[in-house]
Amino acid sequence: MSSPIVKFDTVRKTYQMGPVTVEALRGVSFDIAAGDYVSIMGPSGCGKSTLLNLLGCLDRPSAGHYLLGGQDVSGMDDDALSSVRGARLGFIFQSYNLIQQLTVVENIEIPLYYQDRPEAECRELACKLAKRVGLEHRLDHKPFELSGGQQQRVAIARALVNDPLVILADEPTGNLDSSSGVEIMKIFDELHAQGKTLILVTHDPSVGKRAHRTIRLRDGHLESDVRHEK
Amino acid sequence: MSATKNNSSLTKALRGLTWARLQRAMRLGLRSLWLHRLRSLLTVLGIVFGVCSVIAMLAIGEGASYEAQEQIKSLGSQNIIIRSVKPPDDQKVSNQGSRVLQYGVTYMDARRITTTIPGVTVMLPARNIRDYVWNISRRVDCELVGTVPWYPTMRNHRVASGRFFTENDMAGQSSVCVLGAEMVPLLFPLESPVGKHVRVGGSYYQVIGIMEARGHDTKTDDAAAPKDKPTAYRMFVPLETVKMRYGEVLMRRRSGSFEAERVELHELTVKVASLEAVTGVADAIKTVMERNHKKKDYQIDVPLEMLRRAERTKQIFNIVLGSIAAISLLVGGIGIMNIMLASVTERTREIGIRRALGARRRDIIVQFLVETVMLSGIGGLLGVLLGVTIPFIVSHTAGMKTIITLWSPLLAFSISALVGVIFGIYPAIRAANMDPVEALRHE
Repeated sequence: MSSPIVKFDTVRKTYQMGPVTVEALRGVSFDIAAGDYVSIMGPSGCGKSTLLNLLGCLDRPSAGHYLLGGQDVSGMDDDALSSVRGARLGFIFQSYNLIQQLTVVENIEIPLYYQDRPEAECRELACKLAKRVGLEHRLDHKPFELSGGQQQRVAIARALVNDPLVILADEPTGNLDSSSGVEIMKIFDELHAQGKTLILVTHDPSVGKRAHRTIRLRDGHLESDVRHEK
Repeated sequence: MSATKNNSSLTKALRGLTWARLQRAMRLGLRSLWLHRLRSLLTVLGIVFGVCSVIAMLAIGEGASYEAQEQIKSLGSQNIIIRSVKPPDDQKVSNQGSRVLQYGVTYMDARRITTTIPGVTVMLPARNIRDYVWNISRRVDCELVGTVPWYPTMRNHRVASGRFFTENDMAGQSSVCVLGAEMVPLLFPLESPVGKHVRVGGSYYQVIGIMEARGHDTKTDDAAAPKDKPTAYRMFVPLETVKMRYGEVLMRRRSGSFEAERVELHELTVKVASLEAVTGVADAIKTVMERNHKKKDYQIDVPLEMLRRAERTKQIFNIVLGSIAAISLLVGGIGIMNIMLASVTERTREIGIRRALGARRRDIIVQFLVETVMLSGIGGLLGVLLGVTIPFIVSHTAGMKTIITLWSPLLAFSISALVGVIFGIYPAIRAANMDPVEALRHE
């Protein structure tokens, strides 16, 4: 196995809520190799969201180290973290998080927008990815004109547009009906087959099982790390 | 600590700004403003009216003061004008009886001023007499000005056609006259009056020239003289001729009573050698006149002082205007800031999404700052357009002169853009300093 693309080394995260100190993560360590398909599961309040925020470089660990693609991002400043997010990570959210006033293709372009790529190149890439998720006829539609499944596909295209090291998905099927959910999961399987590294945060066991490996959290600790044989 | 952070992110934002990035930010900003058209329009109204009122008021004020200054300048800035004024307490006496009333500037005064005060170069005496001027059946109530040949040069009042009378006309007491341009169409509507004759009382005068029109001469020139309209119509006749025809005593019948007054000179214009000496000579003349006149039957006008007063008035006007402009732009700016703060809150989620997808703090700052500056800039532009149109309309409908100086729209516009920057910084920084995690969770 090649060197891990994500390496968590006894990562801790504490929040100060007024006088109370809340320990969300109490020393979590794991590695994720390139091309892996991991689901992170656990009951609510177990630290899933915190872990996702840390994985997504939206937050910094209070202690421990997080290496993304061999680079320690745990001590980076805000600007550097922003660049890492823009260049190396793809985000898929439960509520799609598309910008309502932008069209489909413009939404897909956003990560490139902040990397100063030439506009024509951005547009070309965005169109290619829209086609890949089957939305080539909806390029100029606004998000509210699309169904939930279509919106989530836009979000997937947006997460792929910068060719990230890791794709992070937070309950990607949570807001969808079952058939759209299945469709989305199919795309995930395809992405995995193409060698993308996927990390899925969910509490839906059926979704979790589709991954090849499940990390379970409980009370800020790593409870189990199981690889499913397929 | 947070203040220094704000500062550093702001300077970084401005440093990392490329033209392409700015262009994209501007397009994005325009779209976001267009999305909330009504809100943007209402927000920007404060700036629009502020800028528009500054330009319009400046233009009207500039026009008014220009006119006033032109009129004062036409009196000659090196001149001092002494006018005869009927003393107010004597008016009652004259109504009771029919005694001859004597007042005003005398030939003696003129002699005293030339001999005792140094720096006086030329004297211009004038006798003004109200009378009807006739051309066959046409009549104009006009002021006959008996004066000297150098009147046009001293009063900056040029002859439009024909000629002014000469020393020879003076010496010969010849019956010639020069008409003011204003009365020509009334007396000679069809033909050129030069060479024709007009009748005043029982005598005829040959018209030898026409003076240039003087605009609204009466406004400042005769501030203290009777304000009736006829003073606008003037006919110039050699002083000696007037003396011969009318003598020293003027008889007038008015509403049944008989009035006679003896006025030697109605007006005496003194030209001073240099501009610097004007104030000193004016003071000296005042002293001379005070010493020789028991009653205040004269009035001394110094155009230069009037000019300075007009300039001071204009300065004060500009200061008042400037403060009104500053206040209205401040109010407009606060309105913009208010809306931008609301907009930042409303778009918290968008900010979160953008931050998650790689936007740095500076990108968010630029986005919001550009939007605010464009908002106020568009307001400024609308204000300039409106502010340029209003003086145009005013000058066409009300007949007032307006002058739009080049710098006033430029200044007003750049101030409005500056207002956008100043009042946009805080909302932009607030947007940029949001925690991405919190922002994404925001509903």
